[in-house]
This record gives sequence, structure tokens and C-alpha cells, in this order.
Amino acid sequence: MKYAYYPGCSLKGTAIDYHTSALALAGRLGIELVEMEDWVCCGASPIHQRNPMMAAGVANLLLSLSGEICPRIAVLCAACYHNMKKAEVEMRHDKKKRNDVERISGIPFNPEVRTTHFLEILEKDLGLDALKGKVVRPLSELKVACYYGCLLSRPPEIAFDDPEQPTIMERVLQTAGAETVTWSHRMECCGASHAVPVTGAVLRLVNDILLSARDAGAEIIACACPLCQANLDMRQAGVFKEFGMAHNIPVVYFTQLLGLACGASGRDVQIDKGMVSAEPLLQFKNLL
Amino acid sequence: MSKIGVFICHCGENIGRTVDCARVAKAAGRIRGVAFATDYKYMCSDPGQSLIKKAIADHGLTGIVVSACSPHMHEKTFRKAVQEAGINPFLCEMANIREHCSWVHERNEATTRKAIELVRIMVEKVKRNVPLVPVRVKMTKRALVIGGGVAGIQAALDIADGGHEVILVEKEPSVGGHMAQLSETFPTLDCSQCILTPKMVDVGSHPNIKLYTYSEVEKVDGFVGNFKVTIKKKARSVDIDKCTGCGECQLKCPSKKIPSEFDRGLKNRTAIYIPFPQAVPARPVIDREHCIYFLKGKCKVCQKVCPAGAVDYEQTDEFVQEEVGAIVVATGYELYSVGKQGPYPERLGYGEYGYGTDPDIIDGLQFERLASASGPTGGAILRPSDGKPPQSVVFLKCIGSRHPSKNIFFCSKICCMYTAKHTMLYKHKVHDGTAYVFYMDIRSAGKNYDEFVRRAIEEDGAVYLRGRVSRIYRAGEKLIVKGADTLSGAAVEIEADLVVLATAIMPQPGIETLFQKLGISYDGYKFASEAHPKLRPVECATAGIFLAGCCQGPKDIPEAVAQASGAASKALIMFSKDEMLRDPVVARVNENTCIACWYCVEVCPYKAISKKEIRDRKGNLIKRVAEVNPSLCTGCGTCAATCFSNSVDLDGYTDEQLYSEINSLMAVGQDLFPEVEAEAEGKAAG
Amino acid sequence: MKYQIRLSADAGGLMREVKIRSGVDLKKCYQCGECTAGCPMTPEMDVGPTKVLRFIQLGMEDALFQANTPWLCASCETCTSRCPNLIDIALVMDTVRQMARLRDIKIPVKEPLVFQDVFLKSMEVHGKLFEPGLIGFYNLKSGHPFHDVGLGPPMLLKGKLPLLPHFSKNRVKIREIFERARAHEQEQGREAEKKEEHGH
Repeated sequence: MKYAYYPGCSLKGTAIDYHTSALALAGRLGIELVEMEDWVCCGASPIHQRNPMMAAGVANLLLSLSGEICPRIAVLCAACYHNMKKAEVEMRHDKKKRNDVERISGIPFNPEVRTTHFLEILEKDLGLDALKGKVVRPLSELKVACYYGCLLSRPPEIAFDDPEQPTIMERVLQTAGAETVTWSHRMECCGASHAVPVTGAVLRLVNDILLSARDAGAEIIACACPLCQANLDMRQAGVFKEFGMAHNIPVVYFTQLLGLACGASGRDVQIDKGMVSAEPLLQFKNLL
Repeated sequence: MSKIGVFICHCGENIGRTVDCARVAKAAGRIRGVAFATDYKYMCSDPGQSLIKKAIADHGLTGIVVSACSPHMHEKTFRKAVQEAGINPFLCEMANIREHCSWVHERNEATTRKAIELVRIMVEKVKRNVPLVPVRVKMTKRALVIGGGVAGIQAALDIADGGHEVILVEKEPSVGGHMAQLSETFPTLDCSQCILTPKMVDVGSHPNIKLYTYSEVEKVDGFVGNFKVTIKKKARSVDIDKCTGCGECQLKCPSKKIPSEFDRGLKNRTAIYIPFPQAVPARPVIDREHCIYFLKGKCKVCQKVCPAGAVDYEQTDEFVQEEVGAIVVATGYELYSVGKQGPYPERLGYGEYGYGTDPDIIDGLQFERLASASGPTGGAILRPSDGKPPQSVVFLKCIGSRHPSKNIFFCSKICCMYTAKHTMLYKHKVHDGTAYVFYMDIRSAGKNYDEFVRRAIEEDGAVYLRGRVSRIYRAGEKLIVKGADTLSGAAVEIEADLVVLATAIMPQPGIETLFQKLGISYDGYKFASEAHPKLRPVECATAGIFLAGCCQGPKDIPEAVAQASGAASKALIMFSKDEMLRDPVVARVNENTCIACWYCVEVCPYKAISKKEIRDRKGNLIKRVAEVNPSLCTGCGTCAATCFSNSVDLDGYTDEQLYSEINSLMAVGQDLFPEVEAEAEGKAAG
Repeated sequence: MKYQIRLSADAGGLMREVKIRSGVDLKKCYQCGECTAGCPMTPEMDVGPTKVLRFIQLGMEDALFQANTPWLCASCETCTSRCPNLIDIALVMDTVRQMARLRDIKIPVKEPLVFQDVFLKSMEVHGKLFEPGLIGFYNLKSGHPFHDVGLGPPMLLKGKLPLLPHFSKNRVKIREIFERARAHEQEQGREAEKKEEHGH
């Protein structure tokens, strides 16, 4: 199973642990991720907030770059997935849009490309049975709250699971033996790129999300987006200052948990990068 | 030799202002074959008609052309007049010089010329008209009513009271439909079952009504006045003649965990059950899909305890045939489901409200069951999750309805009223509770309806918030409802104990199969189509089949009952004659030239053409030909247009007649408009 | 805020411009409020997204561009996913931001604007986003030099901040795309003005 791999900027910077753990996991599962050469930033939210054509144009550029390796593109970052998949789906179904985007990007659209998120690859391409076969250290008794955020499921046209009530992350982590909790704020926005310019709003939203996870009895939160992880993790100190709530709940990437379950070490998945450390909890559960 | 009479109508100003009618009459008088031509202000009036009758008598006319409005308006009028004068009505035709001429043009030379041409081509046709006699169809004076809800019940009672036999077929074990599930009805707050059960009992005991419950229509053959219907009587596993309705079987049945359809899943029932205490007939039925005996071969407790020996596991589905002349379709509705639909397209169902998995998020009919005295809680409004009375109830309107992203564009008409009613029922029982309603509009257009809604707001204190709800989720014992009030511009969050969704009124799932058996049209939502949305709301385009109730579109009880009586009256009109007279403009097959390609059979929208075998006296097959059933044929002409061998023609619109019209327009070698040129010369000279 | 508006024959001008730029037809909006109900940012917004759409429908330009709402939109697309009329409201917010920039007006809240500019500049200059640069320049340009300063050291220590930017050869293509997109939005603006003369 080979994919063109688009890490995106965060995964080589603030979310380096997402990238490292994904490669460690992929290696153990026989999934080959070939990083695209000379990739560029997808623009995340700021690009389409400036001009939606810019976003589609850059996305088309990325789709064509990946096509040089393989038409199937593996993406981990939710924002990158969102931008690329949205452009891909729109250009496939809307002739006028396709013409405009091709003109602005100066590149023809390749209808063969398929942007896929890593969760999809695990469930649909690899298969949960095959995944189960690789689990050597089940995540038993670990109560995980799966946090989807916004951009993986919205708009519904790009969602790869039920857009209002997805359960793909739960299914994948349950295959690795985890106990997933039912909680209300799985898909509530964390504030995304407002983390820097409108920090107050992000603190408010993060506080609500963490409260909900706590109420549901979660011990750890699993994410699939670098900005969500950054907000839920790095802003806990700010939340304490603002609201007096000391949540102290570790927030990790689902690839880190799966990596550990498949036998990787804490170092292999860079478990030490979180501001709120996950190590004490995972050590207690004999997962490190 | 033709002696055509031409009568030009001014229609007051409608034609006279734009067309020079006097001149048209003069020109008509010069057409070969026209014996008499005149113009008059109002041809359709009594004096106008007398004019025609007198002309017929005076001049021995053989055909009449009235140039006036559209035949849709007055063809009947003029045909009746000529018939009274002793002429076959089909020798009278109309030339439309109003809708086709004066109403669409300015007053000028070309317009009057066009009027003259229109008259001329109709004269040419009428020269070739032959007398036609209406088709007589035998009438079976019995009716079939499909569906035993309030609409079906009303239609059946009206036809039965009108003196004719009715077959009433209902697919559930009892009649009553959804109205039997309601607690109180708007705007009077009458107890629904109290006003319905007398009619249910009537239907069950009426000498003219044959009631088939737990039955479905299997097959429909025939045509108006002569339907042959096959009805499947599903096996109840109970002999209803022996059964006394004592209910012992229900008490002793060990299989008690089946969600009750009548109580919409809020309560469980047994495998052998009477759907509700007031059921008609009050006889049980065994649900074979959940009965332990039918699943595993054990138990048989009901048979053991039945004092009348009425339980019969060997009973099989029975098929009966009935002959009827008219059919009333009253199959009712089902509510839109907020659950996931399969195969699941992205936006159907309401995941943002939990896909129907939370016990305290219910729909309108479930709330009716809670409020109903015969319901699962004995009429107390209690939360399904913990049985406590809810202190705050949030009602959401337009769930599914008016929601293009769910592919439903229509309004379900009754939800605004029943939601106001629900707030009142709730407040009457939980005095210190608060009812909230999230709405986009309030549609309360009936008699005393708006007053009713104002009562809910002003007297019973319902809080109406103008906005939709984006999401509902559970937080411990409460449901968090996140909505908006656009009037204040606020985002509104409410902690609710119970949420009631007013879901869209949809046709019964799979009803299109029945409609296809009947040969009636339906729209994209599968609501049955009426013949004309304004003027023929209870009839189908298919003759002999009538509509009543929500199967035709969402409506409230008074409208359903009115429509049912309307459908019944249409059936009674049919039954008032021993024979039906149908328009003789029907297709006719020339059996000498028919090549039996059967294309006409395929294209006929009314299934009016069949394959006929012509045999000699010894029974040998000579040839096959198409045969038109004049009782079913509506004269649409599709077969005539399709026929490869030109063997099909339409009585009253033969190829010869139509070609003569066209040829008269393109007449070469004849003097075109001698009358016009003569006039022009006259003008030039004078 | 109090409004008194006089509707003229050309009240549909804003709606037309939005349609030309984004393809969204706001005549479909029946102001149900579901977008406002689900929006996570309403506590910080002047008015909810429903009102923004109403301003566009009625041609209330001042009210539209004075509201901070489009600049606070987090692009979570909850509104787009749940709109009963399939209106892409998040896209309309993007479009209003775009329209605001192209007009000579004061942007009601500057921080998201500054963040956007610094982010896009990094894309053009480096090709790949240089996160420390982003935060550094943002702090300078927004007039909040010490914003999030507490997060800097822990992130550095944990190796989450690259010290040097990564350049991509394809940054040239990004500049080209941006230029063409800017030309395109000018074109759209001209088309919008043209239509106003001829009416529908």
C-alpha cells in the first residue's frame, strides 16, 4: 500500500510528533508513505478567508504534485485534508469551477487523484482486522475521548464517515483495545486559527470541550488535527488563568496511541511533546 | 352536400374589440359549403342559442361551427343546444377566435384575417364530421375504499349511507389510522378517540360495509365501472368468528418485549395482541415475526388459554376477489423519520438531533401517545427516559418540512397547529412547566385556528422563539438545545427535559407500488396526484379512482373528512346511473391493416389497448390485431401518432379531418381570401 | 445600533456581487437562524451570521462592513453543513472579508486581518509556513508584542519550533497563483459593477 504523503507545515513544526508517530505506525503496518517533493503550504484557513480561489488554486497545485508519485494522497492534518478534498470534489463535479481553478493555478486538474485521510486508510484500505493483527500492546482500560474537530467532516460532501455522528476514530481505537467514551463535544469547534488573533474565544471553546470530556470520564483525548491538538493541549494553562479550571487532561494524536499499541516506544511516537504530559498516565497503564 | 352554419361570437368586447366579427361572418358566408353565417354579441346566452336552433330549423343545417371562446368553456353548451334542435352534438365544433386570436393579438388586419382562417379550417373539418354516439359502460355499483383512517371511514360511511355496498380494506389489524392515536384535536380540544370511535363502530357494523382488516390490495384489473380487485387477507392466526375478544391470550403471552406500533415504541406489546382497547374489530392478531411458536416451535400458550378455541396457527393468507365500480384511495401518511436512512446519502436524517437515539427526543405522534389517556403513561406527560414529569419541554417545528437540504420542499400544514396544541396539553397537565417553541412561521389559516395559537401564547404562556435549532445533545439528565431567535438576533440555549420534533407528513413508505397497481399518478414525494389541483381535487386523472386524505397531500382532519365526502359524492354520482356515458372521441383500429407490432399497446398511458386474436370458426388463428377498449380510451391520440401502419385513427379527429384543416390553409390554386380581396377592392374603389 | 433604510430599485446590488464572487444565491435564505444557533463564535460577534446575510439581502452596506462577524468567523463550516437551503455561509463570510478589503473602509477588528496577511506573506516568501516567523511578525504588526510570549520557551524546549524556515521551490508557483487570483477578484468586481447598470 503506497501513498503520496502530504505532511503540511504544522507536521514539520509544532506538530512534529504527529508526523513522527504516523510514520512509525505506517512502518509497522506496511503502509508506504512517500513524502511529496517541494510541497507548499496549503494555506489552511487564512488562504480561503482571503480569497477562495487562491485556496482552490494552491490545492490544485498540491493535487498535481502528488499525482507524480501516486494518485492516492495520504493526509494527516485536518485543515490540509479539508482544503485539498474540497477542491478535488468541487472540480470533479462542477465544470465551471474546474475551468476557473485550472486557469488560476495554471495546472490541469487530474481527476484520478484521491485525497484520503489516514483514518480512512486504516479502516477502508488496510482494514480493521489487519490492524488488530498488529496490535501487541492493547490500550485496555484507557478511556479515550475521540475529538474530531470541524474540518474532517464539514462540509458533508467531504466527510468520509457520518458527518454529524462519525465513529471512525472510535472504531479504529477500539480495534486497538481502547475504551472510547461517548461525549457531547466531539465535533465542537476549538476555535482553530483564532488561537493567535482571537485567543479569548479559543480559551472559552477549549474550556467547554475539556469540561465535556471530563464529564464523560475521559482520561485522555485523541485528535486528528494539529491545530486542535495545539489548542486543546497548549491552551490549558491559559484556560486555568482565565476560568480557574485545571483540566490536566493529556491530548495526543490517534497515531501516537495506535503506534504504542502496535509496539512502538514512547520515543518512536514522540510522546514527550505535549504540554500536558501524557507520560504519567500511559506509564500507569503500562503502555510505555 | 354540406350545409354548415357559422356563428361568430363577439363575446362582448373580448373578441369584438380586436376582431371585426361582422366581416368574419361575411367572409364565412362565402366559403363553399356554408349555408348560413352570422355574428352575435353573446352566442352562449339564451338568445344566442335560440339563434342557432332557429338557423338549424330554417336552413336544414348539417353541421355547426361556433367561432367564439375555447371549447373548454362552451363546447358542452353549444352541443347541448344543437342536440335540442335535433342534430347529433358531434356535428357541432368551435373555432377558438378568442384565446387563439383576439386575446393574443392587437387589433389589425392580420388579426381579422387569422380569425377568418380559423373559421375556414374548422368549416373544412366539420364538413367531414360524422355523428358519434357516447360509449356506454356498465356500472358495478359497489365501491372499494383503500385505507381505514378517518378519511377512508368517512368515504365508506357516505357511500354506504348513500345506499351502495362498500368494501373497506385496511392493512392494520384495526381501523382508525393515525387519528385514533391522537389525544385531543385542534382547535376544540375534543378527545380524538371519543369523536372517532363512533364512526369506527359504524363502519364495523354498517350493513352496507364489508370490512377487511389486516388486509391489503394485491391486484387491480379492469377499468372504471368494472374493476376486479384481488384482496389479500393476511393470516391473523385467529378465527375472528370464534373469538370473543376476551383478551386472555394477550394477558398470558410470554413474549412481552415487542415495541408497540400503536404507541410508537413508547410501550411494549405482546406477540398476540389487540392494537388498542377500542379497536374495530376488537380481535387479536399474532405477529408471526416475533411469536415464539412461529420462531422456535414452542409455547402455544395463547391456544391453551383461549376459551373459545379461536387460535389457529395453521391459518394462511387468503385471497378474495371483489368487483367494484369505483375506488377511493385513502392510505394516509407516515411521519418523516429523523433516523439514518439507508442507503445513507450525506444529509438525510438528523444527526445533529441524535438520529432518534435519545429516548427524550420524540416526534409529534409519540407526544400524542404520552398525552393520551389510553397511552403508555395514562395521559401523564412523563419523560421516556426516567418517567419524571418534564419541567421544560422544547418543541421544534419544520423538521424535514421546508428543508431543501433534506430534499423536502413542502410545508406539512398541520404542525403549527398541533404544536400549539401540544404546548397547551402540556401546560394543562404540568402547571409549573415551561413550553418553548422554535418556529420559522406560524401557519394557522383555518377557522378559529389563529385564535387557538394566540391562546397558547397568551393564556398558556408558551414561549415562541423565531429561529431554528442547530443541535441537541445530552448533558446528564438534561438535553441542551442550541437554537436562535432571529427577532432579537440572539443565539438561544435551553436546558430541556423533553424535546418534541414536528416531523414532516410523508406518504406511506412503499405506497407507490399500490399506485402503480391502480394505474394512478403520483409526484416526486409519492403523494397521489389529483386530476386538477384547483378544480378536481378529489379525482385522479384515471377514471373511477378518487382520493381522500393525506395520501394526496398533508392536510388536517376537517379537510380530510371534507375531501372524503367529496370523493364519496363522486362515486355516488357514478352509481346514480346504471350505465356510464363516456366521450366517443376514442381510437379505432382498422383490423385490415393492423400489423400487430403492439407499439400502440406499449405507448397507451391508460392501458386501453389489448391484443385480440381473430380466429376462424374452427378456432384457427387468422391474425392478431390491436383492439381499443372504448371504456378506457380517453382519445389522447398517442396510439394514432405511433402506429406504423397508419391503422389507428381517432373518431372525431380522423386523419382525413385533420388533413383537410391543414390543406385549407395551404390551398394552392383556390382563391385565397376572395372575401378579403373583394373587400379591399371595394375599399380602394369606394 | 438603529437602522432606517430606504429601499431603492438597486437594493439587490450586494447580493449580486456576492453571487458573482462566490456563486451563492442569497435569495434562498429564509432567515431561519440555524447558522447563528450553531455558530461557536457568537459570544464574540456583534451580530450573528443570520443578520449578516440579512444585511446583504437588503443592501445595507454600512451595517455589513461595520460588523466584526465575518472577521470572527472560525471557518468551522457548521453553518454550511446545517443550512436547510444548502447555502455555503462560511463561503459568504470569506467573500465579505474579500469585499471589505477591496473597499476603502476600516476593518472593524484588525487582529484576524493581520494574522491572515502575515500567514499569506510567509507562504509567498517561504512556500512552507514558518511558524515562529508567523507568530513573531504577527505580534509586531498587531501591536501586541508580548502576546503568547509565555508559550515560546516551552515550545522551543520541546523542539516544536523550527529555528530556520524551510523553503520550497514551488513558492514561485504560489506567487503566480496569488497574482492571478488577485486579478480574478478585480475582474469579478468590475463584473459586479457592470450588472448594476443593466439591472438583473
